[in-house]
Amino acid sequence: MRLEIEDLRFKYGSKPVLEGIEMQAMPGEITAIIGPNAAGKTTLLKCIAGLLKSEGKIMLNGREVKSFKKDEIKEYMSYLPQESFSHAVLTVFEAVLLGRLHSLSWRVSDDDLMLVSNILEDLEIDDLALRYLNELSGGQKQMVSIAQSLVREPKILLMDEPTSSLDLQHQLEVIDLIRDVTVERGITTLIALHDLNLAARYASRFVVMHNGSVYASGEPAFVLTSETVRHIYGVNSTVYIDGDGIPQITPKSSVRQRARRNRSR
Amino acid sequence: MKADELYRKITWRKYVLLLSFAVTCIITLIIDISTGPAQLPILEVFKAIISPGQSDPTTHVIVWIIRLPMALMAISVGASLAIAGAEMQTILDNPLASPYTLGVSSAAGFGAALALVLGVGIIPNAETFLIPLNAFFFSMLACLLIFFISKMKGVSTETMVLAGIALLFMFNSLLALLQYLASEDELQAVVFWLFGSLLKATWPKLGIATSVLLITTPLLLRDAWKLTALRLGDEKAKSLGINVERLRLKAFVWISVLAAAAVCFVGTIGFIGLVGPHIARMFVGEDQRFFLPMSAFAGAALLSAASIGSKVIIPGAIFPIGIVTSFIGVPFFLALILLKRRGFW
Repeated sequence: MRLEIEDLRFKYGSKPVLEGIEMQAMPGEITAIIGPNAAGKTTLLKCIAGLLKSEGKIMLNGREVKSFKKDEIKEYMSYLPQESFSHAVLTVFEAVLLGRLHSLSWRVSDDDLMLVSNILEDLEIDDLALRYLNELSGGQKQMVSIAQSLVREPKILLMDEPTSSLDLQHQLEVIDLIRDVTVERGITTLIALHDLNLAARYASRFVVMHNGSVYASGEPAFVLTSETVRHIYGVNSTVYIDGDGIPQITPKSSVRQRARRNRSR
Repeated sequence: MKADELYRKITWRKYVLLLSFAVTCIITLIIDISTGPAQLPILEVFKAIISPGQSDPTTHVIVWIIRLPMALMAISVGASLAIAGAEMQTILDNPLASPYTLGVSSAAGFGAALALVLGVGIIPNAETFLIPLNAFFFSMLACLLIFFISKMKGVSTETMVLAGIALLFMFNSLLALLQYLASEDELQAVVFWLFGSLLKATWPKLGIATSVLLITTPLLLRDAWKLTALRLGDEKAKSLGINVERLRLKAFVWISVLAAAAVCFVGTIGFIGLVGPHIARMFVGEDQRFFLPMSAFAGAALLSAASIGSKVIIPGAIFPIGIVTSFIGVPFFLALILLKRRGFW
């Protein structure tokens, strides 16, 4: 499903948090939402997921989200919040099964059980199936949350920092899997990420957020410049194109630090 | 073995555990009926229950008029308190919550004391139902106040707990005021009510308490999956499409009715509503399809066992059950904590 957003606005009380957001995301592609802390990435994802009431237009395949039935939207969208670990006495299998909430009845269908079983295997956490959530490490819990999101078989997948508590190997494996699923199933995937190099490697499109609005958007090679990084993050960096044609950045120094040093001289 | 097959196997094991706890309830019930100042052989008890016409008249009276309503009340109240506790812990996301957390017991105590001390009833001329009606009315009043405060301020666990604690203190001080004003006899009656006792059980009261249990439990079970998902945290539950605030308020209403109906007939019996759910959690986890009925069986078995205990501590006398529950429950609960290594909150 094609996702288009026009003039999206959101306020917490009287304080505007998002203003005039324009962006689009395509099926079969990962769109990375990047930007510094408090730029509005999480708020944007929550507005799209319908967890926050915003003004402006959010459209799926040209049709406004507001015109869909609530249940329909639930089936289309899956939102993975930033780390929100619970201490529920539930096994990994049960927790992932809850991702199928919209189709669960008293007797769990064989299809739902198979879906859970398969996703646990895909993420290579099937050996944890009967472990309780409170016995898992942070990274393992994160994998369970990701499984919970994917098992819903969404058309629009919204993920807020899905790799934040994973080690390097798991970060790559998880994003790899998310990309495969995105391409195979034609999902429109939006991921808020802090790691620019990881984002550049996997995303087809960047949406760069700054102070509640979109600073730039487009292909990573066009958007990820040292100028953008300096303006958005206040960081001096070198950006080079690697052997795969992917822009990679090496941060050098904080603009603030350098200014302070110059002042003290 | 594939994960889904393992899950199926575990699910079967949970059904077996449920069944064995149900059987335990039946066993404690039978022992409870046969225990008392006049010890009845278990076979006699069976005969009196199954064919009431053919049993010895004395046995018939003891079983049908005195012991059966009391023993069944223990089962019904134990189940109600444990279910209410289980759901209170779920919606407040707090392992220390019990049906009394939000002031249900102190409000009920105040209502009962109002009738016992001042003879003031919510419904005049209610006679035998004066005290329970008062207790029920005031506990529902406390719940309604929390309901509206939460609705106004947003239904977070913190708002509900804070509003509940405020009411708890208010009703406790009102109760203390009444105790201060009461004569010695009245004071004794109030204190005795607050202990909790099954001696007040009669068939009509049992009928009402059990009807409330049988009506509210399916209503809670209907939301079993949503309540399970609520344990993943508000944010996650919302992202799964659950209207968290509405679910929390809805469950709260059923818990309140359930707890108030149980408390109003037998007084405040502590511990069951706190520990019943914890025992259930250790055995079946928090999938509410199993957690809820398991809590009910655990609570019922505990209170039934406490009822037996209350009759054997001093032969010939019946101890207030509110005192016995903790004596029986605490060692059992501590043993479980020490023996089981996982499956806690």
